Amino acid sequence: MRIGVVTFPGSLDDVDAARAVRLAGGEAVALWHGEADLHGVDAVVLPGGFSYGDYLRCGAISRFSPVMEQVVEQAAGGMPVLGICNGFQILCESHLLPGALIRNERRRFGCLDQRVRIESTRTAWTSRYVAGEEVTIVLKNGEGCYVADAETLDRLEGEGRVVARYVAGNPNGSLRDIAGVSNERGNVVGLMPHPEHAVDDLCGPGTDGLGFFTSVLRSLVS
Amino acid sequence: MVRVVVDVMPKPEILDPQGKAVHGALPRLGFSGVVDVRQGKRFELELEGEATEDRLAEVHQMAETLLSNPVIENYAVTVVE
Repeated sequence: MRIGVVTFPGSLDDVDAARAVRLAGGEAVALWHGEADLHGVDAVVLPGGFSYGDYLRCGAISRFSPVMEQVVEQAAGGMPVLGICNGFQILCESHLLPGALIRNERRRFGCLDQRVRIESTRTAWTSRYVAGEEVTIVLKNGEGCYVADAETLDRLEGEGRVVARYVAGNPNGSLRDIAGVSNERGNVVGLMPHPEHAVDDLCGPGTDGLGFFTSVLRSLVS
Repeated sequence: MVRVVVDVMPKPEILDPQGKAVHGALPRLGFSGVVDVRQGKRFELELEGEATEDRLAEVHQMAETLLSNPVIENYAVTVVE
């Protein structure tokens, strides 16, 4: 299974995301923001970082990059897409996911090992978890406060589209402690914490994040 | 040439941590009596020709698709000269 990882100017975590794909047993394919070609990959990861320097709004410029036209088109056809941190911001700006991410409530860039509860296992990226399972994943963001109007939040909750929620403290002021959401179909997931930094005991807080990548490999097989 | 200004502001119900930070700093500098601060963005667009209805409709489109995010921000278009 070939998982594409997009590099934008200012991406930081593309190499770690590619490594996580390989550790999960997939083949990582490097994709470039300026190329309107996904090279036939089976799924795409939009990694963390500061694409286009976070100019205008986080993800606002990246949304119009040539590669994103392809990602939006293929996502509509059911291709799994995972946006992590800046990738989540890009997915919201692209309207592939509802809501938006604004500056953290307490105005501090947080970098910590975050406890997160997996709320939905019906997505392409979380099927290997158990609903309600708590995992520890690295969180690092300055603009990770998830907001949407009450009606949208109710709909997300009602349809089981809140994928992950912060537990043991809300680090950025996200409404209803939301750490990640999915689209209706469950193939597109946006996540503020970084599972790709929790795939190896040696250089992370454990391997709790690996499940996102093994989940998508399984969803592609079935 | 005509100059069109697009002002973008966070919606009233959306938290504005930057505005809050500025608001918090003012009393420390000795400025009192400021009840609230909201921080937004101002875009100045220089357009060819006149500010016709069509051109302004286009500016609204720019504001909706790129300059602002309608989920969290409102915008206003003003023709300056």
